[in-house]
Amino acid sequence: MRKVWIKLTVLLSFLFIVMPGKALAAGGGGELIVIVADTRRFTGAMAWWTDMYNDSHLLFALATIIIIPVVGVIMGVIADVVMSRIGIDLKHRELAEH
Amino acid sequence: MDWLYVLMPISGVDIFWPGLIILGLGVGIIGAFFGMGGAWMVTPGLNILGFPMAFAIGTDIAHMAGKSLISTLRHGKFGNVDYKLGVVMIAGTVVGFEIGAQMIMWLERIGRVDVTVRYMYLVLLGFITWLVFSDVIKRLRMEKEARKAGKEVDKLARGIEWHKTFHKIKIPPMMHFKMAGVTCTMWLPIFISLLTGWLAGILGIGGGLLRMPALLYFVGCPTHVAVGTDLFEVAISGLYGTASYTYKGRTELVAAMIMLIGASVGAQIGAVATKYVKGYGIRIFFGFAVVVCAVSIICKLIAAANPDVRVLFDTLATVLILGMVAAMSTYIFALFVRGVKKELADKKARQGK
Repeated sequence: MRKVWIKLTVLLSFLFIVMPGKALAAGGGGELIVIVADTRRFTGAMAWWTDMYNDSHLLFALATIIIIPVVGVIMGVIADVVMSRIGIDLKHRELAEH
Repeated sequence: MDWLYVLMPISGVDIFWPGLIILGLGVGIIGAFFGMGGAWMVTPGLNILGFPMAFAIGTDIAHMAGKSLISTLRHGKFGNVDYKLGVVMIAGTVVGFEIGAQMIMWLERIGRVDVTVRYMYLVLLGFITWLVFSDVIKRLRMEKEARKAGKEVDKLARGIEWHKTFHKIKIPPMMHFKMAGVTCTMWLPIFISLLTGWLAGILGIGGGLLRMPALLYFVGCPTHVAVGTDLFEVAISGLYGTASYTYKGRTELVAAMIMLIGASVGAQIGAVATKYVKGYGIRIFFGFAVVVCAVSIICKLIAAANPDVRVLFDTLATVLILGMVAAMSTYIFALFVRGVKKELADKKARQGK
């Protein structure tokens, strides 16, 4: 688990170092158009989420880039547990081209 | 059947959520098996499910970042990720991407470049296809000749060995990449990443499709390590892409999360399946995926040139890509099941002795 956290920390560090350049390189990520989410159709967490989107895209972006890797790691770990339960050796493989 | 649809909070459209899980699963399997993000496969799928184009790309990139992270962790445990090589390449990828993106904006200012870019993409895909299949043919020929002489070809031998020529360049500092088993000048991976990053920037793609063969044929990584290391790069660039698109309000996180449910399973299946397939098996699969990508671009070019048949060829391109996702992911899943069965049977037999 410690190794996973070290790798995650390294990944996130790179994210913050290279993000501005990459964001610029992506050409701005699309044209500037104003999109407003309709909050009237939601309640609870979904309403909070749409409110955040309408209030601040910066907060919305920060929340997204934190949620995505965290959920990715959680789901990866769950899938890992399921796979090991099957009985597959998940640590070794033979390196062969043919 | 309303329960099969979920209302997306930002785009305000109802989406068939099982479709998102299936798409995530399919692309998760393929991406983890080949070592690429697969944006060119997901975007048309999201469009068909009813996503407005403005949200399709951002949502795709967000799910791609999470999925590639899962695949990287899995490949990392197998020893398929050369983190040192990945880190060295990041700088080149970013600078190259920046130059490419700026260049394309400059070209756009002086004229229409869409078609030129598509033709360039096509030429590049043609080159990759030629490279992969001529390598496979050469390797098969080597084996045939060795068999005739009563010898065996080395397990790690390759048909095309351009990397050996590049490894002769001894400009300091020299670096050793343990997982890849490569010793070369630091400038080689930097230059390769700069080149692939530049091309990705010009073509407006993530770059996994270019980086994976570059790692194989120019840097000299074994196939499995090329797949794992490329996924490491995709995970990082995917997170930057997510930041960029989300800041512009173009990401539907709920959809990305639903896709991740399928993709997390798919990524594990794809990554574990590489354990049961030899390097050249992966290369051949990759070659076919590149061919389908090229054919879909030809369809798009025909559609762009002939307004009368635009709908027909645009649909054909989408059907081709999604058909390939379905066929390849099913086949990789079958390889996974066969491999697991064999491994468990061997394990049981060993315990029985």
